[in-house]
Amino acid sequence: MLEIKNLNVAIGGRRILNDLDLKVAAGEVAAIMGPNGSGKSTLAYVIAGKEDYEVLSGEVLLDGENVLELSPDERAAKGLFLAFQYPVEIPGVATMTFLKAALNAQRKQRGEEELSIPEFMKRVKKAGDMLDIKPEMLRRALNVGFSGGEKKRMDIMQMALLEPRFAILDETDSGLDIDAVRIVADGVNALRSRQRGFLVITHYPRLLEHIVPDTVHVMAGGRIVRSGGKELASELERTGYREYAEEAA
Amino acid sequence: MAAVQETVERVKAIDVDQYKYGFFTDIEAEKAPKGLNEDIVRFISAKKNEPEWLTAWRLEAYRRWVTMREPTWARVSYPPIDYQELYYYSAPKTASGPKSLEEVDPELLRTYEKLGIPLNERAILAGVEGAGQEASRGVAVDAVFDSVSVFTTFKAELAKAGVIFCPISEAVQTHPELVRKYLGSVVPPTDNFFATLNSAVFSDGSFVYVPPGVRCPMELSTYFRINERNTGQFERTLIIADKGAYVSYLEGCTAPRRDENQLHAAVVELIALDDAEIKYSTVQNWYPGDAEGKGGVFNFVTKRGDCRGQNSKISWTQVETGSAITWKYPSCILRGDNSRGEFYSIAISNGHQQVDSGTKMIHLGKNTTSRVISKGIAAGHSQNTYRGQISSHRKATGARNFTNCDSLLIGNDCGAHTVPYIESRNPSTQFEHEATTSKISEDQLFYCRQRGLSAEEATALIVNGFVRDVLQQLPMEFAVEAQKLISVSLEGSVG
Repeated sequence: MLEIKNLNVAIGGRRILNDLDLKVAAGEVAAIMGPNGSGKSTLAYVIAGKEDYEVLSGEVLLDGENVLELSPDERAAKGLFLAFQYPVEIPGVATMTFLKAALNAQRKQRGEEELSIPEFMKRVKKAGDMLDIKPEMLRRALNVGFSGGEKKRMDIMQMALLEPRFAILDETDSGLDIDAVRIVADGVNALRSRQRGFLVITHYPRLLEHIVPDTVHVMAGGRIVRSGGKELASELERTGYREYAEEAA
Repeated sequence: MAAVQETVERVKAIDVDQYKYGFFTDIEAEKAPKGLNEDIVRFISAKKNEPEWLTAWRLEAYRRWVTMREPTWARVSYPPIDYQELYYYSAPKTASGPKSLEEVDPELLRTYEKLGIPLNERAILAGVEGAGQEASRGVAVDAVFDSVSVFTTFKAELAKAGVIFCPISEAVQTHPELVRKYLGSVVPPTDNFFATLNSAVFSDGSFVYVPPGVRCPMELSTYFRINERNTGQFERTLIIADKGAYVSYLEGCTAPRRDENQLHAAVVELIALDDAEIKYSTVQNWYPGDAEGKGGVFNFVTKRGDCRGQNSKISWTQVETGSAITWKYPSCILRGDNSRGEFYSIAISNGHQQVDSGTKMIHLGKNTTSRVISKGIAAGHSQNTYRGQISSHRKATGARNFTNCDSLLIGNDCGAHTVPYIESRNPSTQFEHEATTSKISEDQLFYCRQRGLSAEEATALIVNGFVRDVLQQLPMEFAVEAQKLISVSLEGSVG
């Protein structure tokens, strides 16, 4: 489903990702763990198409198609979703307005009809219920004055609404208390399916107790240095990232 | 919600040439000779068959004007204007006071139709009903073409309510006592360079009088169109809301694309007596010049409202997207006790536009309150300045003002500036001023694009969010129009 080949990325002349290779199959939940500064968030941004990064070489294939040439919105329409570590605030734009604009923009780009209002409302309600989001929150400006937990829930709710083919979760658990982690994880788990792939980026193994991955990759120094099953996460819980520090240097 | 979607579609459909009102109507015009002197002033006055007092009033203004110098304090720069190279009067030959729509030159009607301003009352009502709106209220329109008013709709309907809505040149003939009493009583002929020039040569504009206790039954609107080359437009608008009256008025403006600059120096005077309320909205879309900054309208406008009576209220709402130069400060004199002034503004500049705009709230009476919400958006190579003055007289016990002034920058080559003046001469005064300047952040844009919005859709959405508080102040029909206009004005601002 997602295949990254020999990816080299720099920002401001500084190399962040080095010859990175990664494969995630359809239906698979892959976790990427690693110390701070190992390039995890850069990987997420490069896949989603943030402009600040310089891709020196390599490919990111979504179902065989190299997405690196596409704009961020084209990638989104192809089914790529990124849940942000820090979801942004958009003052004055009601959350509901934003959801509708985003969903219809994607549909239009795919050559699909705009959703009727009742159908749209039905889908919003379903996604909202899943993430414990009250209608009152949807009338407020997007993420403005939301708590950290509310922002993360809102991002996952958008994922539920947009039904992407492949979703990347960038440190979704950071700054969340245990109840919020559970709500978010339940939301993600409900969206797991045989057709959908996930890349869960996290610093702490805690999230992976709730979203149990199929594979775990350890990232250090801008490349994948070790891969294994879910047991790798528990091992890291005990050992920490110390042994990978050298590779990061 | 629908409007946002429409905005987005509109932006997409727009070609490189974003100014769609840039056409010229080929219609024979009667002009005064080029240049300005006492004879030209007399010529204009004679054309309008004015009483002697008004001719004298104009001449006095003219004599004053020749001794005055153009103000230079605003943050705008433009080549010197040669006032002798302009025409001060231009009227479509066929326009002289048609009584019915059949008498209006069809070329003019087509022009207004092209601008989306139908002058046929039946068509307007049909359109309104056809749109399935519950309140099938029309909007009465006074259409001003260069120097003259060509037609005013729904006059009969308004007359039933006792509302006078007509070209000011007509009011001079039909209601001289009202014109004489109020003209220049808010913006005196000596006020400032441009207002004084206007007093000498003003051509036409709208006159509104709403009698005591009357709530004007429909929105009133004037649509200004500059057509002729090298012709200055100097309209004069006078609106009086008598005791307990209410009126909502909207003005719109466009001009053809031209390589040379066009001068527009209007004066608007509002008078609200006891318990009266005037709501004045502007959607200003004069030609802003081309991408290189060539051409465009120079807009030097004096707009002032006088809350003359107790508990009166005047509210200015403006959406400014056009003009090469904007020099405009719609103000309120809060004379009556407990009177209230409001100023809501969205000023958008793109390309090489220069905007210096804001307001003055002058608190004279007791317990007067005012509120200023200004949203400036600068893109391209434009400069956007908010200039505001809030002052309280020593008798203005309990005066209060709240000002919120936000600027948004799009791109790296534009500038936003805030110049607030606050003067308080009464210790009980409470003035609050909040100001922010921000850029549409790359993070916001990327976030929106990650969710599927194109760069332009994302910008339109963020900007519409930024100006929301002000858009909500506009009459419904115009809010949608303004929202579209905002997106169109920002076309090409995202790299």
